[in-house]
Amino acid sequence: MIEAPDLSYAALAPLLFVLGAACVGVLVEAFVPRDARQPVQVALALVGTVGALVTTLLLSGTHETTAGGALAVDGPALFLQATIAGLGALSILLFAERGLDPARSAFVASAAVPAGSPRDRELLTATRVQTEVYPLASFAIGGMMLFVAANDLLVMFVALEVLSLPLYLICGLARRRRLLSQEAAVKYFLLGAFASAFFLYGLALVYGATGSIRLRDIREAGLDGGGDTLLVLGLGLLIVGLLFKASVAPFHTWTPDVYQGAPTPVTAFMAACTKVAAFGAILRLLYVAFGTAEWTWRPLVYAVAIVSMVVGAVLGLTQTDLKRMLAYSSVAHAGFLLTGVLGLGAGGEGSGLAGTMIYLLVYGLTTIGVFAVLTLVRDGDGEASHLSQWAGLAARSPLTAAVMTLFLLALAGIPLTAGFTGKFAVFRAAIEQGAWPLVVVALLASAVAAFFYLRVIVLMYFSEPVADGPTVGVPGVPTTVVLAITATATVALGVLPGAVLDLAGQAARFVG
Amino acid sequence: MPAEGLLAASWLLIALPLAGAAVLLLGGRRTDRWGHLLGTATVVAAFVLAVACTVQLAGLDQRSADVELFTFIRSGELDVTAGLLYDPLSAIFALLITGVGSLIHVYSIGYMAHDPARRRFFAYLNLFVAAMLLLVLGNSFVALYVGWEGVGLASYLLIAFWYTRPAAATAAKKAFIMNRVGDVGLAIAIFVMFAQLGTTSYAGVFGSVGTLAGGTITAIGLLLLLGACGKSGQFPLQAWLPDAMEGPTPVSALIHAATMVTAGVYLIARSAPIYDLAPTARAVVLAIGAGTLLIGAIAGCAYDDIKKVLAYSTVSQIGYMFLAVGLGPAGYVAGLAHLLAHGFFKAGLFLGAGSVMHAMNDSVDMRRFGALWKKLPVTFATFGLGYLALIGFPFLSGYFTKDAIIEAALDRGDVWGWVLGGVAVLGAGLTAFYMTRLMLMTFFGRARWEDGVHPHEAPTVMTAPMVVLAVGSVGAGALLVSVFPLSGWLEPVFGEPAEAAHVVAPAVIGLVVTVVMLLGVLAAWLFVGRREVPVTAPVRVSPVTRAARNALYADTVNESLFMRPGQWLTRALVWLDNRGVDGAVNGLAAGLGGTSSRLARTQTGFVRSYAMGMLGGAVLVAGALLAVTAG
Repeated sequence: MIEAPDLSYAALAPLLFVLGAACVGVLVEAFVPRDARQPVQVALALVGTVGALVTTLLLSGTHETTAGGALAVDGPALFLQATIAGLGALSILLFAERGLDPARSAFVASAAVPAGSPRDRELLTATRVQTEVYPLASFAIGGMMLFVAANDLLVMFVALEVLSLPLYLICGLARRRRLLSQEAAVKYFLLGAFASAFFLYGLALVYGATGSIRLRDIREAGLDGGGDTLLVLGLGLLIVGLLFKASVAPFHTWTPDVYQGAPTPVTAFMAACTKVAAFGAILRLLYVAFGTAEWTWRPLVYAVAIVSMVVGAVLGLTQTDLKRMLAYSSVAHAGFLLTGVLGLGAGGEGSGLAGTMIYLLVYGLTTIGVFAVLTLVRDGDGEASHLSQWAGLAARSPLTAAVMTLFLLALAGIPLTAGFTGKFAVFRAAIEQGAWPLVVVALLASAVAAFFYLRVIVLMYFSEPVADGPTVGVPGVPTTVVLAITATATVALGVLPGAVLDLAGQAARFVG
Repeated sequence: MPAEGLLAASWLLIALPLAGAAVLLLGGRRTDRWGHLLGTATVVAAFVLAVACTVQLAGLDQRSADVELFTFIRSGELDVTAGLLYDPLSAIFALLITGVGSLIHVYSIGYMAHDPARRRFFAYLNLFVAAMLLLVLGNSFVALYVGWEGVGLASYLLIAFWYTRPAAATAAKKAFIMNRVGDVGLAIAIFVMFAQLGTTSYAGVFGSVGTLAGGTITAIGLLLLLGACGKSGQFPLQAWLPDAMEGPTPVSALIHAATMVTAGVYLIARSAPIYDLAPTARAVVLAIGAGTLLIGAIAGCAYDDIKKVLAYSTVSQIGYMFLAVGLGPAGYVAGLAHLLAHGFFKAGLFLGAGSVMHAMNDSVDMRRFGALWKKLPVTFATFGLGYLALIGFPFLSGYFTKDAIIEAALDRGDVWGWVLGGVAVLGAGLTAFYMTRLMLMTFFGRARWEDGVHPHEAPTVMTAPMVVLAVGSVGAGALLVSVFPLSGWLEPVFGEPAEAAHVVAPAVIGLVVTVVMLLGVLAAWLFVGRREVPVTAPVRVSPVTRAARNALYADTVNESLFMRPGQWLTRALVWLDNRGVDGAVNGLAAGLGGTSSRLARTQTGFVRSYAMGMLGGAVLVAGALLAVTAG
């Protein structure tokens, strides 16, 4: 006989908010007339995400497990849930932009119509929108928030699927260049399924070795120096599954193709929120379940961090498409984040957790900002993401160029931007744990990566504008709000990071 | 002791002109109409305040007031509190700077009346006064350094005030760069003090300098001297000062005669406790002073440019002051008295020269002057008094102060005392020669004016300051030596003056110096006054004259010793940078780009190869973990 576990509804409120909004969204699709769906869905998704954000903030200070120990409601979970909810809300705003595309949305009118068919061409200029993206995104956000709170490998796996499946779908919903978008979705799905299989197999091995799927039980069953092959293999496969989601090299190969093919607001969403969720899970898995056996995974993370930083930075150098370039940048940033993961410290006292959380927040904000700018610059065929099209942009649109410059400088980690605060936090954590050679590599990789960020700035400011260059659209209210918030935060977190650093420092304690 | 009353407000001395500069620079064209009046008012107000502060200081028992302002730098061990020190030494400088500064501001109202950028001129002058006051009032070497760089900046801006003239721009750069050489010395001296003593305040440094090794103290002394030589135009860094005459004449009078160039003398006098322990450094001060005194005087004999002659005269007179402060306790007071007197008569002479230029369409060529005494009576009278004061005519300023220096030198009582005294006496003769030559060529003889020149006396706003300075030139020496002795006033700083046994009776010295001076005047009359002055300089001249015309080849020496090797060094470095550093950087970039292109080929776009890659990665991860646990 199975007993129903006790649920603390208050502690689950953020999840209930966003997943509830997603469920209601499905009903809206069924019952609300088509013309009214877009505003209703946007409002609903915003209520869900902002509600989740507010409730996580109200819950701050909670330190407990619920649902029979399957879910942790602790500082890191709440901090990362708030980050995901906030970044999710900004992404929803980008989804809702109606002013930039001539057809009033970045999403396809009807996803089921084959690309290139006569019906598809008919619908190209129609202002109809596939409004399912909002509930889908809400489900994905809900899954991510569950992912970072999962205190149980099975819940973690379920959350992984809940966040992944909607993402696969919305990647294929671009209005322009539909085939590219659909190809990206299929690739993401196939490789994601492959990675999920790794994760699931790892889960099975760990269960076989320890007889439990609870993170705490796994720690107590523990690696007591004897070298339990089954458990170690399980750990390896779990990590592979998570590194895939975090687009860490060598599990990053999907990233450039998917980032390029997906609709840009979706790319922003994936790049920011998935990264937060994946690293939340990595941190919880490594710190809670395997924190006492740091010696097993430390060399691995060390090596993977170096590979990821170098691959991301070096491959980014020769990219000619901005979205692909940012994809490799995301791979390099995953490597920088792993340097923070190494800052666990004896007894978990290191500043690695706080540093990584800060990095995730600033990286998410900057990334959403930079992709939001990308949606503004367009030619007849959608977004003008080829580098050469950005030449001389500053002469035509100084404000856009200035905002883009700010975000690129932040991604490069230049002081007085949020990016510097994040990099400083993770590098300090790594150095405190004696990983200075890794930090040296990270700094060199940052220098290499700075080249391709600065190249865009140089191109915008010091090149002659191209003759039939792209137009810079006037953003509507949603995108303007997103740009204002992300740009302000990028500057504020760079100049006065104290408050958020303190917050992350206080939140950096896992339950269990 | 902590300052009270007005002395506590002595920071206003600096703040007033600084505020003036800020208003004039930030206010832009809106302040054009009244900017010069504001600029003058701030300096006059500062002068009034300085007088009041000094009167209050005279009434104190301790005659020294500390004004704590705020924490300037706190970084690790380094803790610099910004504060002021108002003591007798800084008081006389504050009075000189604001007093002469006020007169020159007033004069400039007339002199710059037709310059469209007059407001900017007054802004820079105010900036200079503020920086110079910070230099002399600061209570630490760091504060002095800030002021030191501030006056350097103001000097640069003012020399290049007419920056569209290539000569002015070049001269400003030359001044700035040569000053950098000296400033490096000063900066390193401060670093050494901090590294060795942990403090840079005067009180802290002077209190504990005795604990240092002799070599270190000598090093500090020599480095300070390098700084002083740069700022004061002393050998081997004297070549910038004559070129600095490209600036407007009031600038030459205020900055490059009366105040800024005497900052080196201030630095050495202020650092007396350091030099007391570093006899070697002090001997070098003496040597530099004596050498520069002669170099300046010889070069002054050969130039035809009225301002350049005065500039070399300044170089030479500051040489006297260095000689004096190099003599140690016996000479400090004499040197500072000469500094003050020189401030009056040299500023007056420059203002007179400015008045002459004003009358002669801005010409500076003395060969095209002559017979101006009738046309410019006030200028002639005031300039003449300044001239007499400078050459040491009995009972005028220079007579008292220069004789005091010669006395102090002879009082050393050794061979070197005789040598230095002899040099100083010889210098007095040379001074009389070149100054008489200048007087004869400018005011006497036949009029050799260029066509279209109609000399006229300057307006009252210009002549009034000249008159005041002329009065000072006449009376200052007597006042400072006999009536209101400077030695008593400076006693809290340098201690009680020792009553030296005179080697030669002062009366005899006075007589000898006067005779030598008269010989110089006579020689000038024989060589210049008796004959017709050719309007173009003769080409066939003796090697001595040629050397003097080239300022004893100072520029050539500088160029071959510093500039050429510097250029070679930079060329070598550029070559190294292009071939070596750039090669490495470009090679690295090309290498990374190539790697990137090759790596990018793995990004085939096929899901099967991506999956293969992931599988390979997973195998590696699992293998690595197993290896770690097994090993």
